[in-house]
Amino acid sequence: MPSNMTLGERLRKQGVSRRGFLKFCAATASMMALPPTAVSALAAGLEKARRPSVIWLSFQECTGCAEAITRSEAPTLENLIFDYISLDYQHTIMAASGDAAEAAREKAMHENEGKYIVIVDGAIPLKDDGIYSTIAGMTNLQILKDTVKHAAAVISLGTCAAYGGIPKASPNPTGAAAVSEIIKDKPIINVPGCPPIPVVITGVIAQYLAFGKLPELDALGRPKAFYGQNIHDRCYRRPFYERGLFAETFDDEGAKAGWCLWKLGCKGPITYNACAVTKWNYGTSFPIQAGHGCIGCSEPDFWDKGGFYEPLSAGTFSAGGRLAAAAAVGVAVGVGSAVLARNSQKALHHKEGA
Amino acid sequence: MSLLDFARGPALEWSLIIFVIGVVWRLAGTFLFKGQKYLSKPKGTKFVSAGLMAIANKSFPPHELEKRITFQHYTGYLFHIMLFIVVFLFEPHIAFFDWALGISWPGLPTNVITFSSAVTVIILIALGIRRATDPVMKKLTTIDDWISWFLTITPFITGMMAFAHQNIGVRYEDLLALHILNVCLLLIWIPFGKLMHMFLLFPGRYQMGEKFEYRGVKA
Repeated sequence: MPSNMTLGERLRKQGVSRRGFLKFCAATASMMALPPTAVSALAAGLEKARRPSVIWLSFQECTGCAEAITRSEAPTLENLIFDYISLDYQHTIMAASGDAAEAAREKAMHENEGKYIVIVDGAIPLKDDGIYSTIAGMTNLQILKDTVKHAAAVISLGTCAAYGGIPKASPNPTGAAAVSEIIKDKPIINVPGCPPIPVVITGVIAQYLAFGKLPELDALGRPKAFYGQNIHDRCYRRPFYERGLFAETFDDEGAKAGWCLWKLGCKGPITYNACAVTKWNYGTSFPIQAGHGCIGCSEPDFWDKGGFYEPLSAGTFSAGGRLAAAAAVGVAVGVGSAVLARNSQKALHHKEGA
Repeated sequence: MSLLDFARGPALEWSLIIFVIGVVWRLAGTFLFKGQKYLSKPKGTKFVSAGLMAIANKSFPPHELEKRITFQHYTGYLFHIMLFIVVFLFEPHIAFFDWALGISWPGLPTNVITFSSAVTVIILIALGIRRATDPVMKKLTTIDDWISWFLTITPFITGMMAFAHQNIGVRYEDLLALHILNVCLLLIWIPFGKLMHMFLLFPGRYQMGEKFEYRGVKA
């Protein structure tokens, strides 16, 4: 297919009907909370968009983010959108390897200078000059700086790239850092999640392709359209929270009846993501619907925010030992003050007696 | 570290430690302190029953004053009942006690808790206004009373705000953090202010009944 074809031309060539295309645009606009009038603008924008070169860098990661994308519901338009970006480098799924793969990256950078998009999944180790993760003899840090230098924008895909994620979890032995801690001079969109929702990724890319600008972001650099509300407020189990009906264990009657998982450590109230709305696997389900509380995977440092199974009203430390020690100190101080008080009372009596 | 991480972590940890040290210190100090030595012979013998009777009797207003103190007496009762409901029967609070002490019990629906919180706040405002305007109360009030009043009412307000965060446009985690930080301040204050009455009220009344019995006073 000629590389200068527009997205619309490519979709028609693939047999995607105009109706199907508009349905996708309407769904994407709806997900991004755009007004109905934006559907035609989105369609017109996507129709005219040319496929951008995308360089996908995978660093300290588990490949779960790439897995999420490849497992998105084929053959939907979300997948087709990916067909119509020029994914010039992605070392998990590209056919080339070794020098040929690196040459492909350099070629894409050279030919699309200032226009290509960099997708990063995984954190970047900084400790000891970043030697804890290397590709083709280069550290992740070198590759990131080199690749992003002439990019139009960076999409930090997954919580590791966006906020450091699990590699950054205490004690962070490799000095793992987020993309935004290293790159300061390029627009960055964070699409966190462990992994992020495929439709959120494609929605962000579609919006960028259609309007040529970044979506509105929240304080943590996430598109507000997808990360604007916490999961708890959109959760179908919320009415049970209102009624004070909570599952106490994962196999009790409350759990079977679908009651709120708050007491089992659900982090939905402090987690911003679209899971409860878009769900996963073609809108089939999401973790809370499957019976497990949200672990807050789209939030920074989610791994170090106390136990996954501790409710939000609990502390993030172990209370027992510390409070027992505090009580012992209290007894010691109390006994000491009582002894002092008795002594001063005795002294007073003596004085009065004398 | 986010504000909520700070609230659930170091703030809660240190405030609990200060609370436990302070409360145990004051209780141990009070109970081990050998009070006034009586030089006279005891006029009564039923010290335990006298102590228990004092706890019961002093929970009702004296007949002579009943009409004059109706407002503060019954609002005080209502306030404490509502406070008990909110603190001990709200499921997330029960989850906190379960985490801290390893014990839990059934709770009430959230709407009941919201209603009880609202009643508590209204009563506290009414009692606060009375304290600020009544000439006698003004004379009796110290800074301790106002600190205690403020630190008691704010967790209720921030708790209700956290629950209604969607309506007031503030993020839940920020309000939850504020709520927990309010509670932390309250925990730190309890052992050192008048709120210590939650631990000393009944032992104090018992001790008073016992002393009265010793001296042959019927009260």
